[in-house]
Amino acid sequence: MKARKIVLTSGKGGVGKTTTTANLGATLAKRGKRVILIDADIGLRNLDLVLGLEKRIVFDLVEVAEGRCQLRQALIKDKRFESLSILPAAQTREKDAISLQQFSAIVDLAAEQADYVLIDCPAGIETGFRNAVGGATEAIVVTTPEVSAIRDADRVVGKIADEGKPIRLIVNRLRPEMVRSGDMLSVEDVCEVLAVELLGVVPDDEEVIDTTNRGEPIVLNDSSRLGAIYDKIARRLEGEIVPFTNFDGQGFFGRLIDALKAG
Amino acid sequence: MIDFLKRLFGQSGSSTTAKERLRLVLMTDHLELSPELIEAMKRDLVDVISRHVEVDRDKIEVNFERQDSALAMLANIPILSVSRPNGNPTLVPVETLQSPTAPNGAPPRVRKRRKRAAKKAAATSAAPASAAAQ
Repeated sequence: MKARKIVLTSGKGGVGKTTTTANLGATLAKRGKRVILIDADIGLRNLDLVLGLEKRIVFDLVEVAEGRCQLRQALIKDKRFESLSILPAAQTREKDAISLQQFSAIVDLAAEQADYVLIDCPAGIETGFRNAVGGATEAIVVTTPEVSAIRDADRVVGKIADEGKPIRLIVNRLRPEMVRSGDMLSVEDVCEVLAVELLGVVPDDEEVIDTTNRGEPIVLNDSSRLGAIYDKIARRLEGEIVPFTNFDGQGFFGRLIDALKAG
Repeated sequence: MIDFLKRLFGQSGSSTTAKERLRLVLMTDHLELSPELIEAMKRDLVDVISRHVEVDRDKIEVNFERQDSALAMLANIPILSVSRPNGNPTLVPVETLQSPTAPNGAPPRVRKRRKRAAKKAAATSAAPASAAAQ
Protein backbone atom coordinates (compact mmCIF):
# COMPACT_ATOMS: atom_id res chain seq x y z
CA MET A 1 0.00 0.00 0.00
CA LYS A 2 1.14 3.49 -0.79
CA ALA A 3 2.13 5.90 1.95
CA ARG A 4 0.32 9.03 3.00
CA LYS A 5 2.33 12.01 1.80
CA ILE A 6 2.14 14.79 4.38
CA VAL A 7 3.92 18.15 4.31
CA LEU A 8 4.68 19.99 7.57
CA THR A 9 4.72 23.69 6.90
CA SER A 10 4.28 27.04 8.67
CA GLY A 11 5.24 29.98 6.49
CA LYS A 12 7.21 31.56 9.31
CA GLY A 13 10.54 30.09 10.34
CA GLY A 14 11.43 29.00 13.84
CA VAL A 15 8.00 27.80 14.97
CA GLY A 16 9.12 24.16 15.25
CA LYS A 17 8.49 22.50 11.87
CA THR A 18 11.68 20.43 11.93
CA THR A 19 11.29 19.42 15.59
CA THR A 20 7.67 18.46 14.95
CA THR A 21 8.56 16.48 11.81
CA ALA A 22 11.32 14.62 13.66
CA ASN A 23 9.25 13.81 16.72
CA LEU A 24 6.04 12.96 14.91
CA GLY A 25 8.01 10.74 12.53
CA ALA A 26 9.77 8.98 15.41
CA THR A 27 6.44 8.51 17.21
CA LEU A 28 4.81 6.94 14.15
CA ALA A 29 7.83 4.66 13.73
CA LYS A 30 7.64 3.69 17.39
CA ARG A 31 4.03 2.74 16.74
CA GLY A 32 5.26 0.31 14.10
CA LYS A 33 4.71 2.41 10.98
CA ARG A 34 7.27 2.62 8.18
CA VAL A 35 8.21 6.29 8.02
CA ILE A 36 10.40 8.25 5.61
CA LEU A 37 11.17 11.87 6.49
CA ILE A 38 12.24 14.16 3.66
CA ASP A 39 14.08 17.39 4.43
CA ALA A 40 12.97 19.80 1.69
CA ASP A 41 14.92 22.73 3.12
CA ILE A 42 17.72 22.80 0.54
CA GLY A 43 20.66 24.93 1.69
CA LEU A 44 19.51 25.01 5.33
CA ARG A 45 19.17 21.37 6.29
CA ASN A 46 18.56 20.56 9.96
CA LEU A 47 16.34 17.50 10.20
CA ASP A 48 19.47 15.29 10.26
CA LEU A 49 20.93 17.33 13.12
CA VAL A 50 17.75 17.30 15.21
CA LEU A 51 17.63 13.51 14.88
CA GLY A 52 21.36 13.06 15.54
CA LEU A 53 22.00 11.55 12.09
CA GLU A 54 24.22 14.31 10.69
CA LYS A 55 27.39 12.19 10.66
CA ARG A 56 25.84 9.49 8.54
CA ILE A 57 24.93 11.52 5.44
CA VAL A 58 26.45 10.19 2.21
CA PHE A 59 24.08 11.39 -0.50
CA ASP A 60 21.28 13.98 -0.45
CA LEU A 61 17.95 14.94 -2.03
CA VAL A 62 19.50 16.92 -4.89
CA GLU A 63 21.85 14.07 -5.81
CA VAL A 64 18.87 11.71 -5.97
CA ALA A 65 17.01 14.24 -8.15
CA GLU A 66 19.96 14.55 -10.50
CA GLY A 67 20.19 10.77 -10.81
CA ARG A 68 23.65 10.59 -9.25
CA CYS A 69 22.51 7.96 -6.77
CA GLN A 70 19.52 5.79 -5.94
CA LEU A 71 16.97 6.87 -3.34
CA ARG A 72 17.84 3.86 -1.17
CA GLN A 73 21.51 4.92 -1.14
CA ALA A 74 20.60 8.37 0.12
CA LEU A 75 18.14 7.23 2.81
CA ILE A 76 19.62 7.10 6.32
CA LYS A 77 18.12 4.46 8.57
CA ASP A 78 17.61 5.48 12.18
CA LYS A 79 19.16 2.74 14.34
CA ARG A 80 16.89 3.52 17.32
CA PHE A 81 13.69 3.06 15.30
CA GLU A 82 14.12 0.38 12.64
CA SER A 83 11.25 1.63 10.48
CA LEU A 84 12.37 5.28 10.41
CA SER A 85 14.64 6.75 7.75
CA ILE A 86 15.41 10.24 6.52
CA LEU A 87 16.35 11.74 3.18
CA PRO A 88 18.58 14.74 3.95
CA ALA A 89 18.48 17.99 1.97
CA ALA A 90 21.59 19.28 0.19
CA GLN A 91 23.45 21.80 2.29
CA THR A 92 25.59 23.53 -0.34
CA ARG A 93 23.04 23.95 -3.11
CA GLU A 94 20.54 26.66 -3.99
CA LYS A 95 16.90 26.48 -2.95
CA ASP A 96 15.76 26.08 -6.56
CA ALA A 97 18.22 23.26 -7.38
CA ILE A 98 15.28 20.90 -7.82
CA SER A 99 12.04 21.10 -9.78
CA LEU A 100 8.55 20.19 -8.62
CA GLN A 101 8.52 17.23 -11.03
CA GLN A 102 11.82 15.92 -9.64
CA PHE A 103 10.69 16.41 -6.05
CA SER A 104 7.28 14.79 -6.59
CA ALA A 105 8.92 11.81 -8.29
CA ILE A 106 11.18 11.27 -5.26
CA VAL A 107 8.24 11.58 -2.83
CA ASP A 108 6.24 9.06 -4.89
CA LEU A 109 9.16 6.65 -4.94
CA ALA A 110 9.53 6.96 -1.17
CA ALA A 111 5.79 6.45 -0.76
CA GLU A 112 6.07 3.01 -2.37
CA GLN A 113 8.21 1.75 0.50
CA ALA A 114 6.59 3.43 3.51
CA ASP A 115 3.33 4.06 5.38
CA TYR A 116 4.06 7.72 5.97
CA VAL A 117 6.22 10.19 4.05
CA LEU A 118 6.59 13.38 6.08
CA ILE A 119 8.05 16.39 4.26
CA ASP A 120 9.81 19.04 6.31
CA CYS A 121 9.03 22.22 4.37
CA PRO A 122 11.36 25.24 4.28
CA ALA A 123 10.14 28.56 5.70
CA GLY A 124 8.74 31.06 3.22
CA ILE A 125 6.36 30.62 0.31
CA GLU A 126 8.79 30.40 -2.59
CA THR A 127 10.10 27.50 -4.71
CA GLY A 128 11.00 25.26 -1.75
CA PHE A 129 7.54 25.68 -0.28
CA ARG A 130 5.81 25.06 -3.61
CA ASN A 131 7.81 21.87 -4.15
CA ALA A 132 7.20 20.57 -0.63
CA VAL A 133 3.45 21.24 -0.80
CA GLY A 134 3.19 20.11 -4.41
CA GLY A 135 4.73 16.74 -3.56
CA ALA A 136 2.27 16.07 -0.72
CA THR A 137 -1.40 15.12 -0.72
CA GLU A 138 -2.17 16.52 2.74
CA ALA A 139 -0.69 19.15 5.05
CA ILE A 140 0.00 19.79 8.70
CA VAL A 141 0.40 23.49 9.46
CA VAL A 142 2.54 24.18 12.51
CA THR A 143 2.11 27.48 14.31
CA THR A 144 2.80 29.10 17.68
CA PRO A 145 0.23 31.28 19.50
CA GLU A 146 1.87 34.51 18.28
CA VAL A 147 0.42 37.03 15.85
CA SER A 148 3.24 36.83 13.30
CA ALA A 149 3.24 33.02 13.20
CA ILE A 150 -0.56 32.91 12.89
CA ARG A 151 -0.65 35.46 10.10
CA ASP A 152 1.95 33.47 8.14
CA ALA A 153 0.12 30.24 8.90
CA ASP A 154 -3.03 31.81 7.47
CA ARG A 155 -1.14 32.65 4.30
CA VAL A 156 0.08 29.07 3.77
CA VAL A 157 -3.35 27.68 4.69
CA GLY A 158 -4.77 29.80 1.86
CA LYS A 159 -2.17 28.54 -0.59
CA ILE A 160 -2.62 24.88 0.35
CA ALA A 161 -6.41 25.20 0.31
CA ASP A 162 -6.11 26.56 -3.25
CA GLU A 163 -4.55 23.23 -4.20
CA GLY A 164 -7.51 21.46 -2.59
CA LYS A 165 -5.42 19.54 -0.05
CA PRO A 166 -6.70 18.76 3.44
CA ILE A 167 -5.02 20.75 6.22
CA ARG A 168 -4.71 20.14 9.94
CA LEU A 169 -3.15 22.31 12.60
CA ILE A 170 -0.57 21.78 15.33
CA VAL A 171 -0.31 24.59 17.88
CA ASN A 172 3.25 24.44 19.13
CA ARG A 173 4.92 25.98 22.20
CA LEU A 174 1.73 26.80 24.06
CA ARG A 175 2.25 28.23 27.55
CA PRO A 176 -0.90 27.26 29.48
CA GLU A 177 -0.23 29.58 32.42
CA MET A 178 0.00 32.56 30.02
CA VAL A 179 -3.24 31.52 28.32
CA ARG A 180 -4.96 31.36 31.70
CA SER A 181 -3.77 34.83 32.66
CA GLY A 182 -5.00 36.17 29.31
CA ASP A 183 -1.52 36.97 28.03
CA MET A 184 -1.41 34.40 25.25
CA LEU A 185 -3.87 33.42 22.54
CA SER A 186 -5.64 30.20 23.45
CA VAL A 187 -5.83 27.16 21.19
CA GLU A 188 -9.50 28.00 20.63
CA ASP A 189 -8.56 31.52 19.51
CA VAL A 190 -5.95 30.20 17.09
CA CYS A 191 -8.35 27.64 15.61
CA GLU A 192 -11.08 30.24 15.30
CA VAL A 193 -8.82 32.71 13.52
CA LEU A 194 -7.35 30.13 11.13
CA ALA A 195 -10.50 28.03 10.69
CA VAL A 196 -8.49 24.82 10.37
CA GLU A 197 -9.11 21.47 12.04
CA LEU A 198 -6.90 20.93 15.09
CA LEU A 199 -4.54 17.95 15.10
CA GLY A 200 -2.60 18.63 18.26
CA VAL A 201 -1.32 21.00 20.91
CA VAL A 202 2.27 20.83 22.11
CA PRO A 203 3.07 22.84 25.25
CA ASP A 204 6.33 24.75 25.52
CA ASP A 205 8.76 22.47 27.29
CA GLU A 206 12.50 22.55 28.04
CA GLU A 207 12.55 18.88 27.10
CA VAL A 208 12.58 19.89 23.42
CA ILE A 209 15.80 21.89 23.77
CA ASP A 210 17.41 19.18 25.84
CA THR A 211 16.58 16.35 23.42
CA THR A 212 17.54 18.37 20.31
CA ASN A 213 20.85 19.22 21.97
CA ARG A 214 21.51 15.49 22.17
CA GLY A 215 20.01 14.68 18.77
CA GLU A 216 17.43 12.35 20.26
CA PRO A 217 13.73 12.12 19.46
CA ILE A 218 11.56 12.91 22.48
CA VAL A 219 9.72 9.59 22.29
CA LEU A 220 12.97 7.70 22.81
CA ASN A 221 12.46 8.27 26.50
CA ASP A 222 9.29 6.50 27.66
CA SER A 223 8.83 8.75 30.69
CA SER A 224 9.04 12.04 28.77
CA ARG A 225 6.29 14.60 29.28
CA LEU A 226 5.93 15.42 25.59
CA GLY A 227 6.15 11.81 24.43
CA ALA A 228 2.53 11.24 25.42
CA ILE A 229 1.50 14.41 23.59
CA TYR A 230 3.18 13.32 20.34
CA ASP A 231 1.66 9.88 20.74
CA LYS A 232 -1.81 11.44 20.84
CA ILE A 233 -1.04 13.44 17.69
CA ALA A 234 0.17 10.30 15.91
CA ARG A 235 -3.00 8.45 16.90
CA ARG A 236 -5.20 11.29 15.65
CA LEU A 237 -3.26 11.24 12.40
CA GLU A 238 -4.08 7.56 12.10
CA GLY A 239 -7.77 8.37 12.43
CA GLU A 240 -8.31 7.57 16.08
CA ILE A 241 -10.51 9.94 18.07
CA VAL A 242 -8.35 11.11 20.95
CA PRO A 243 -9.66 13.80 23.33
CA PHE A 244 -7.59 16.97 23.60
CA THR A 245 -5.84 17.83 26.83
CA ASN A 246 -7.40 21.03 28.15
CA PHE A 247 -4.54 23.50 28.50
CA ASP A 248 -6.76 26.58 28.64
CA GLY A 249 -8.76 25.69 31.76
CA GLN A 250 -10.30 28.93 32.97
CA GLY A 251 -11.32 27.59 36.37
CA PHE A 252 -11.01 29.79 39.42
CA PHE A 253 -8.72 27.34 41.19
CA GLY A 254 -6.50 26.99 38.16
CA ARG A 255 -6.04 30.74 38.15
CA LEU A 256 -5.54 30.79 41.91
CA ILE A 257 -2.70 28.28 41.60
CA ASP A 258 -1.15 30.28 38.74
CA ALA A 259 -1.53 33.55 40.64
CA LEU A 260 0.14 32.06 43.71
CA LYS A 261 2.93 30.63 41.56
CA ALA A 262 3.44 33.99 39.87
CA GLY A 263 3.27 35.86 43.15
CA MET B 1 -1.07 42.76 44.59
CA ILE B 2 -3.04 44.26 41.69
CA ASP B 3 -1.19 41.88 39.43
CA PHE B 4 -2.17 39.02 41.75
CA LEU B 5 -5.86 40.01 41.65
CA LYS B 6 -5.79 40.43 37.88
CA ARG B 7 -4.46 36.91 37.53
CA LEU B 8 -6.96 35.57 40.05
CA PHE B 9 -9.97 37.02 38.30
CA GLY B 10 -8.69 36.23 34.82
CA GLN B 11 -8.85 39.79 33.59
CA SER B 12 -8.12 39.80 29.90
CA GLY B 13 -4.53 40.61 29.03
CA SER B 14 -2.86 41.19 25.69
CA SER B 15 -4.40 38.08 24.11
CA THR B 16 -7.66 39.97 23.45
CA THR B 17 -5.70 42.67 21.64
CA ALA B 18 -3.78 40.03 19.70
CA LYS B 19 -6.97 38.33 18.54
CA GLU B 20 -8.59 41.60 17.49
CA ARG B 21 -5.49 42.74 15.58
CA LEU B 22 -5.17 39.37 13.89
CA ARG B 23 -8.82 39.34 12.87
CA LEU B 24 -8.40 42.68 11.16
CA VAL B 25 -5.06 42.05 9.49
CA LEU B 26 -6.26 38.72 8.11
CA MET B 27 -9.36 40.40 6.73
CA THR B 28 -7.12 42.78 4.80
CA ASP B 29 -4.80 39.94 3.74
CA HIS B 30 -7.72 37.93 2.47
CA LEU B 31 -9.07 40.81 0.45
CA GLU B 32 -5.69 41.30 -1.15
CA LEU B 33 -5.53 37.61 -1.84
CA SER B 34 -8.82 37.39 -3.64
CA PRO B 35 -9.25 39.72 -6.60
CA GLU B 36 -12.29 37.71 -7.71
CA LEU B 37 -14.17 38.75 -4.58
CA ILE B 38 -13.33 42.42 -5.08
CA GLU B 39 -14.42 42.12 -8.72
CA ALA B 40 -17.73 40.55 -7.67
CA MET B 41 -18.38 43.27 -5.06
CA LYS B 42 -17.55 45.95 -7.59
CA ARG B 43 -19.93 44.45 -10.12
CA ASP B 44 -22.80 44.25 -7.62
CA LEU B 45 -22.17 47.78 -6.37
CA VAL B 46 -22.18 49.19 -9.90
CA ASP B 47 -25.34 47.27 -10.76
CA VAL B 48 -27.17 48.90 -7.84
CA ILE B 49 -25.94 52.40 -8.64
CA SER B 50 -26.66 51.92 -12.33
CA ARG B 51 -30.32 51.54 -11.54
CA HIS B 52 -30.35 55.25 -10.67
CA VAL B 53 -27.55 56.86 -12.70
CA GLU B 54 -25.36 55.99 -15.65
CA VAL B 55 -21.79 55.29 -14.55
CA ASP B 56 -18.48 54.87 -16.37
CA ARG B 57 -17.80 51.18 -15.78
CA ASP B 58 -14.26 51.32 -17.17
CA LYS B 59 -13.04 53.96 -14.75
CA ILE B 60 -14.27 52.51 -11.48
CA GLU B 61 -11.68 52.14 -8.72
CA VAL B 62 -12.20 50.12 -5.57
CA ASN B 63 -9.74 50.24 -2.69
CA PHE B 64 -9.66 49.15 0.92
CA GLU B 65 -8.19 50.97 3.84
CA ARG B 66 -8.08 50.79 7.59
CA GLN B 67 -10.09 53.37 9.51
CA ASP B 68 -9.70 53.18 13.27
CA SER B 69 -10.71 49.63 14.13
CA ALA B 70 -12.72 49.01 10.96
CA LEU B 71 -11.91 48.19 7.41
CA ALA B 72 -13.36 50.59 4.85
CA MET B 73 -14.10 50.01 1.21
CA LEU B 74 -13.58 53.09 -0.94
CA ALA B 75 -15.19 53.12 -4.35
CA ASN B 76 -14.59 55.82 -6.91
CA ILE B 77 -17.40 55.68 -9.45
CA PRO B 78 -17.51 58.32 -12.21
CA ILE B 79 -21.06 59.30 -13.20
CA LEU B 80 -21.62 59.85 -16.90
CA SER B 81 -25.22 60.96 -16.74
CA VAL B 82 -27.82 61.36 -14.03
CA SER B 83 -30.58 60.25 -16.40
CA ARG B 84 -31.62 56.72 -15.68
CA PRO B 85 -30.34 54.14 -18.14
CA ASN B 86 -33.85 52.74 -18.58
CA GLY B 87 -34.93 55.97 -20.24
CA ASN B 88 -37.02 57.49 -17.41
CA PRO B 89 -36.63 61.25 -17.57
CA THR B 90 -35.07 62.82 -14.49
CA LEU B 91 -36.63 65.92 -12.90
CA VAL B 92 -33.44 67.98 -13.04
CA PRO B 93 -31.73 68.60 -16.39
CA VAL B 94 -28.35 66.85 -16.65
CA GLU B 95 -26.44 70.08 -17.44
CA THR B 96 -27.44 71.90 -14.24
CA LEU B 97 -26.27 69.04 -12.07
CA GLN B 98 -22.96 68.53 -13.82
CA SER B 99 -21.83 72.12 -14.36
CA PRO B 100 -21.10 73.16 -10.74
CA THR B 101 -18.99 70.09 -9.90
CA ALA B 102 -17.26 69.64 -13.24
CA PRO B 103 -16.63 72.93 -15.03
CA ASN B 104 -14.08 71.36 -17.37
CA GLY B 105 -16.60 68.83 -18.60
CA ALA B 106 -15.17 65.89 -16.61
CA PRO B 107 -17.82 63.69 -15.00
CA PRO B 108 -18.38 64.19 -11.26
CA ARG B 109 -16.99 61.40 -9.12
CA VAL B 110 -18.84 59.61 -6.40
CA ARG B 111 -17.14 58.48 -3.26
CA LYS B 112 -18.99 55.73 -1.47
CA ARG B 113 -17.91 54.21 1.80
CA ARG B 114 -19.07 50.95 3.18
CA LYS B 115 -19.23 49.07 6.46
CA ARG B 116 -18.79 51.08 9.64
CA ALA B 117 -17.62 54.17 7.78
CA ALA B 118 -20.82 54.39 5.75
CA LYS B 119 -22.61 56.98 7.89
CA LYS B 120 -19.60 59.26 8.02
CA ALA B 121 -19.26 59.09 4.25
CA ALA B 122 -22.90 59.91 3.63
CA ALA B 123 -22.53 63.06 5.71
CA THR B 124 -19.41 64.32 3.95
CA SER B 125 -20.12 63.30 0.36
CA ALA B 126 -21.01 65.76 -2.40
CA ALA B 127 -24.59 66.13 -3.60
CA PRO B 128 -24.35 63.72 -6.57
CA ALA B 129 -22.95 61.08 -4.22
CA SER B 130 -26.05 61.04 -2.06
CA ALA B 131 -28.14 60.66 -5.17
CA ALA B 132 -26.16 57.59 -6.09
CA ALA B 133 -26.12 56.15 -2.61
CA GLN B 134 -29.88 56.02 -2.23
